Amino acid sequence: MATVDPALGEKQGEFVTRARVTNDFSINVATVNGSGSQSANSVLLKSIFGMGVPVSGKNLFPSNIAGQPTWFLIRASKNGYVARKRDSEILVAMNPETAKSDVQSLPPGAVVIYEDNLDKTLNLAQIRNDVSLYPVPFDKITAAICPEVKLRKLVRNMVYVGVVAQLLAIDLDVVEESLRQQFSKKQKVFDMNFGAAKAGFDYAQENLTKRDPFFIERMNKTEGKIIIEGNAACGMGAVFAGVTVIAWYPITPSTSVVEAATALLKRLRVTPDGKATFAVIQAEDELAAIGMVLGAGWAGARSMTATSGPGMSLMAEFCGLGYYAEIPGVIINVQRTGPSTGMPTRTQQADLLSAAFLSHGDTKHILLLPGSVKECFELTMAAFDLAERFQTPVFVLSDTDMGMNHWMSEPFDYPAKPLDRGKVLTAADIERLGGFERYRDVDGDAIGWRTLPGTKHPKASYFTRGSGHTAAAGYTENPDEYQAVMDRLARKFDNARKLVPAPVVVKDGTSKIGFLAYGSTDCALSESFDQIKQRYGRNVDYLRLRAYPFAQSVHDFVASHERIYVVEQNRDAQLASLLKLDLPVDQVAKLRSILHYNGLPVDAESITEEFANQEGL
Amino acid sequence: MATAAPAPKINHIGLPIVEYRGGKSTLCAGCGHNAISERIVDALFEMGVDPERVMKMSGIGCSSKSPAYFLSRSHSFNGVHGRMPAIASGAILANHTMMTLGVSGDGDTASIGMGQFVHMMRRNLPMIYIIENNGVYGLTKGQFSATADLGSKLKTGVVNDLPAIDTCALAIQLGATFIGRSFSGDKKQLLSMLKAAIAHKGTVMLDVISPCVTFNDHEGSTKSYKFMQENDDPINEIGFVPSFEEIAVDYNSGEIFEVEMHDGSNLRLRKLHEDYDPTDKANAVRTLMEAQANGEILTGVFYINTTQPTFIDLLNVVDQPLGTLPESLTRPSKSAFDALMAELK
Repeated sequence: MATVDPALGEKQGEFVTRARVTNDFSINVATVNGSGSQSANSVLLKSIFGMGVPVSGKNLFPSNIAGQPTWFLIRASKNGYVARKRDSEILVAMNPETAKSDVQSLPPGAVVIYEDNLDKTLNLAQIRNDVSLYPVPFDKITAAICPEVKLRKLVRNMVYVGVVAQLLAIDLDVVEESLRQQFSKKQKVFDMNFGAAKAGFDYAQENLTKRDPFFIERMNKTEGKIIIEGNAACGMGAVFAGVTVIAWYPITPSTSVVEAATALLKRLRVTPDGKATFAVIQAEDELAAIGMVLGAGWAGARSMTATSGPGMSLMAEFCGLGYYAEIPGVIINVQRTGPSTGMPTRTQQADLLSAAFLSHGDTKHILLLPGSVKECFELTMAAFDLAERFQTPVFVLSDTDMGMNHWMSEPFDYPAKPLDRGKVLTAADIERLGGFERYRDVDGDAIGWRTLPGTKHPKASYFTRGSGHTAAAGYTENPDEYQAVMDRLARKFDNARKLVPAPVVVKDGTSKIGFLAYGSTDCALSESFDQIKQRYGRNVDYLRLRAYPFAQSVHDFVASHERIYVVEQNRDAQLASLLKLDLPVDQVAKLRSILHYNGLPVDAESITEEFANQEGL
Repeated sequence: MATAAPAPKINHIGLPIVEYRGGKSTLCAGCGHNAISERIVDALFEMGVDPERVMKMSGIGCSSKSPAYFLSRSHSFNGVHGRMPAIASGAILANHTMMTLGVSGDGDTASIGMGQFVHMMRRNLPMIYIIENNGVYGLTKGQFSATADLGSKLKTGVVNDLPAIDTCALAIQLGATFIGRSFSGDKKQLLSMLKAAIAHKGTVMLDVISPCVTFNDHEGSTKSYKFMQENDDPINEIGFVPSFEEIAVDYNSGEIFEVEMHDGSNLRLRKLHEDYDPTDKANAVRTLMEAQANGEILTGVFYINTTQPTFIDLLNVVDQPLGTLPESLTRPSKSAFDALMAELK
């Protein structure tokens, strides 16, 4: 061991006793994409989970197939914090291209695990003398256990899993179990990968002297928990909502929503005689995808699409038709960094305003805003009920962080309520009523009754159009008839306030200061509140939004606080803007913004610092 | 003579033709589209199609208004410009048991809707797609569309200097399985073609030349009544015998190309051009390209394929409409859910 660590001194035993850091740090694995590091990272993450320690994973990857820098952040947190931690204490530097800057960005006292060859070109000890360096001959270890040259690139990554596990005192048995889950039905692949992990573990045990303070210790905080990505949860939500038609066009970062749904549909929604109770169609573009969703929704299907910003822009015209002609459909938008192509694999919450008013004319849409993977599941299901109840397109706004990263969660609950298929008249109803008018508000809820094509009654049909229409669905350019429909649509939208998922009042104590946020921002906020309490002795209140139009309780929350911090991941304070349109004028001045929009998932430190800055703390 | 008014003629499902009619047309008097609407009414009546089993789809334009003028008893969807294929596709996926009849125009299909048109043809979803083709944009007062022939003239004297898109050649190449061209003024041909189209399983694409009396019916137009009456060159004569009628053998088999349709109907194409085989895809495309190069207007059934699976076949969906499947079939069980949760632990 040639490495010297002057900052930490020679007396390792003493150091470890003095500053042991247990179950509270972040590991940054720097690799190139396309190198198969995804499974290695997943195994490492699940191994920490297997030790009972709360864990989260964030994949910061490029919009590229192979060969570009990728970072995977694994955070272990005894407190259960799952937001991105701004600094990582442990770096696994598998990418020589970024090694220098990766090492430079480490906090003092950090750890670097790296290919020993790297020292030939880059003297890490010279770059940083305040970190622990663990050179590992990855190539040699890999060559020894993997005779097939072609496979070495993939297996090499599993070696670092073993090294990290040994250094952090993760049981090898737990690693083995995670590997077994990962490669459940492929014994040969399991053998090869476990061989690699064990070789790394053994190497570290025999050759590395632990000089850093970081340890994983067994806890019982993951008992009964699941790990899932938001996109998989949305896909599952669609399947358990009884989706029957999915039309989509591949776009990062939403693609895995449909992939997850399709896999489940093939498994759970095929009749004993082998027939599908669903149709998934890959459309020619997003214009066609949303058109198919509306065509299917019109004809009675529970239909949906999944997309991201650029795709949603293309859906604008059709979404206006869906709103005006009153056709159900579900659009899952996994928001990425805009504008334009932006940074396709990076995260943001910057489609809120465009989704709320998507299309020309007076158009507005119901938006559902899941704040966890569990809510990705629940709110996707709710979106189908609301779309059919209100006969309108409903958006679920997730984001790259929520959608593509691993999140620990309580297990989901099987839906307790039956599906709400909305107001649909049968042939018998029409016979009893003697006819119907499609857009007539007969119940005072501003929602008309619809019929589906194929309803066996001579008076069941109506003419659906995006042009001006009367309550009876007839063409009109008559000012009063046109306006009557528009006014009813506004009433209908207003009524949705009471039926959309209510906001969650997370903290409402005695503070004069309130926070408002939605979606993936939530995880950083809960950590930030602890920091604000610890550092400044302040308690703050917090209401998490789950839908637009906003419920009355949002107004009440704002009214009962002196200052409201709206925290969101975009430049233009889109949520604050939407709130300003909704709130009474005298409440608007209370709103302040904390904004994060560099493409990385928001972290607690950034929020805490900006809050302190604005409060003058 | 004091005889009682004769009872209206009824079709084999017991409906009079009035049950197939629609609202009063607001298109110009003499518009070809009105004649097409009348033939659609005749064809559906004569074929005994249940009006409640039909979905009418359209985009935007004069043509796309016409579903309001036939079949009031059917559900209808007048969508956005150029996007009828997507809406129709979705509706068919939701309920593949319906007969789907789409009406589009040359602008709606060959310009703004081209992307959706080609993919619709490629999927061979079961529907009839009619282009009411007049070569101009009517509602915006007479600009050329992409099907206007090279060298044809607008009323204002403007000459079209771009080649026409032949939607028939395109549809054949792309995978639609019943492709024909007709003329709104040829009652007999259009009616037979529509009846055969109703019997077909798969995408039917009919390009119907339909003169615009206001903007494109003058000297120098290749989409005028006069031009079509003088230049219409049928490649075959269509004889159609529906499955519920008896077939009488009264022809010389050498002159006839006979097709057994999916529903048991019989389509007989009497060859007017020497040895034209409507199952030969490459020859069909070549014939159309040569005709276009020579300035000839071919009509008739250009291509038919009765064995190609439709997209619905490929999806292998249940027989019932997906849209109205009960919750018991669409929401997986609690035990399936619990198994998924266990896998995620």
